[in-house]
Amino acid sequence: MALLEVRNLEVRFPLRGGELTALRDLSFSLNQGERLGIVGESGAGKSVAAFAILNLVSRPGYISAGSVLFEGRDLASLAPEQLRSIRGNRIAMIFQDPMMTLNPVLTIGTQMVECLQAHREISDKEAREIAVSKLRSVSIPAPAARMDQYPHELSGGMRQRVVIAIALLTEPSVIIADEPTTALDVTIQAEIMELLLELCENNNVALLLITHDLGVVSQVTQRTIVMYAGRIVEEGATRSIIDNPWHPYTHGLIDALPERTHRGQRLNQIPGMMPSLSAIPEGCAFHPRCEHMTELCQTQIPGYTLRDERRVACHWVEKQGESR
Amino acid sequence: MIAFLVRRIGQALVVMFIISLLSFSIQDNLGDPLRELVGQSVSEAERQKMRDSMGLNDPFITQYWRFLKKAVQGDLGNSYFFKRPALEVILEKLPATLELVIGATLIILILSVPIGVYCAINPRSWFTKVMMGISIVGISIPVFLTAIMLIYVFSIWLGWLPSFGRGETVTVAGWETGFLTTDGLLHLILPSIALSSIMLPLFIRLIRSEMMEVLEQDYIRFAWAKGLHRKRIWFIHALKNTLLPVITVGGVQIGTMIAYTILTETVFQWPGMGFLFLEAVNRVDTPLIIAYLIIVGLIFVITNTVVDLIYGLVNPTVKLARGHT
Ligand SMILES: Nc1ncnc2c1ncn2[C@@H]1O[C@H](COP(=O)(O)OP(=O)(O)O)[C@@H](O)[C@H]1O
Ligand SMILES: [Mg+2]
Repeated sequence: MALLEVRNLEVRFPLRGGELTALRDLSFSLNQGERLGIVGESGAGKSVAAFAILNLVSRPGYISAGSVLFEGRDLASLAPEQLRSIRGNRIAMIFQDPMMTLNPVLTIGTQMVECLQAHREISDKEAREIAVSKLRSVSIPAPAARMDQYPHELSGGMRQRVVIAIALLTEPSVIIADEPTTALDVTIQAEIMELLLELCENNNVALLLITHDLGVVSQVTQRTIVMYAGRIVEEGATRSIIDNPWHPYTHGLIDALPERTHRGQRLNQIPGMMPSLSAIPEGCAFHPRCEHMTELCQTQIPGYTLRDERRVACHWVEKQGESR
Repeated sequence: MIAFLVRRIGQALVVMFIISLLSFSIQDNLGDPLRELVGQSVSEAERQKMRDSMGLNDPFITQYWRFLKKAVQGDLGNSYFFKRPALEVILEKLPATLELVIGATLIILILSVPIGVYCAINPRSWFTKVMMGISIVGISIPVFLTAIMLIYVFSIWLGWLPSFGRGETVTVAGWETGFLTTDGLLHLILPSIALSSIMLPLFIRLIRSEMMEVLEQDYIRFAWAKGLHRKRIWFIHALKNTLLPVITVGGVQIGTMIAYTILTETVFQWPGMGFLFLEAVNRVDTPLIIAYLIIVGLIFVITNTVVDLIYGLVNPTVKLARGHT
């Protein structure tokens, strides 16, 4: 049994012009200690998916269908107090922008101690000791002194280390990291990513890594999910997806990687843009940008083709499989 | 910290200077103090002589210079009507006015924070809708109308509360206070409510909108993701950030309330500075008018300084009061 199992999750935002479905039919599972990547362009619904798992979709959005099974309980329908005891305790989250994630008027120490005390009966002194040791484990210099500092006294990289330390405080079994290095200076992105990877490996924490960067996913994760316009279009082992992408969109993403581009050549961007979720084309959402587009693609949403422990939502791939 | 205080005192002096200059220069437009000072029986020649001796015929600069020289020594001239130092007359009425402002401020603080927070947390509840409606109406009703309605309902109709004067007061260390007697407190209720009636809805709306904005911030979402209790998220994480801007805006508003005391004190016959000021204007008691304006200006500057200090203490990103810069 998987540690975390998301089934047919759907998230909607009631907006003035009608309801917007930001996430459709999201299903995947995450095993103990596994590292799973979710990739997709900006606006694909990755963050919505991350928050939906913790049942933290921002208002007016709501989970309109599906379930999130964690240790036998459905987070999508759990009572608030039980949900609270899982958030930040069993499943922790790391946000994109460390400059905005920490509360500006509370000290680092306060923001760490409160998290421990929200989940355990523990004295201030004990909580502080654990907090300092976690700060040390994310290689923050002079960890004890940091406890009394405010976020604005730390650099972006240091703040993200603090956020990672907070995520590790309660020794969760899952960490959801939503683009944890995107907002950071390029020079420290790799450093933070490596730290996260190392900590997850050492503590046997399952990692759900959300990113728009297939390069990062290929270095960190064992399995990859590719999202497009609020839906999973391809899923499989990271290696096999990178080496042999099935979905034309995944193909495009890989071709666009800087290391696949020859020197002096322009980046191989996929032509066109991902549609806004409020104006998803009929049929396959990717069809206007797809070189293999047929009439079928314009009218019918492709179902999932399952093969070799992979799945893909593409009429073209499905047909190839039949003819083979 | 010291640099901050020095800068503030400098600012205060500039403000005081401008107020004194302004109030001093409008005095000619207020009317003839002689008419109030002496009766009809005095001849025009004698009046001129009196004007000369009082220095009222000197050029403006001379008069102002004379005034400034005395003013820096704390002498704002004698009230024409009371025949006593104007400053002394004003300061006697200061406790009454300040207690009225404190009463109104307490009402505002005690009510606006919980109501504002509740309305931010429960934007769709019926209570919020009612409050938002009432607050719009409240802002637009003039203070004197509120005051008259309060008197009508609670004094005349129900007969629960007094509507006239300060009631029984006791003097503690030279300060005449109504806070220490039941009668004094009862007398304070209606005027305080009337005075707070404009600011209270303003504060409720301000706190609500600030809090709603804060609740959308990433750090609040992160607090939820950390699994904190919602009370901690609302009252520690969100409220602290909400009150920062509220302190700045609110502090200025409370200073502004001094201006509204003139109306409130008049309706309730509250023996404070505002009431005195209106009388002074009627009597063209120029020294008293100037003394009032200067004291009010001073209160304004002090309030703003205190507000800035509190802001610095609460906001860790402002370093002025935290010692290590
Ligand atoms: N609070 C919201 N209100 C309305 N629509 C939203 C909201 N949050 C997300 N969405 C919709 O969901 C889409 C996907 O957003 P998001 O998950 O943040 O994308 P990303 O893959 O870049 O993380 C957005 O383009 C928007 O249409
Ligand atoms: Mg995102």
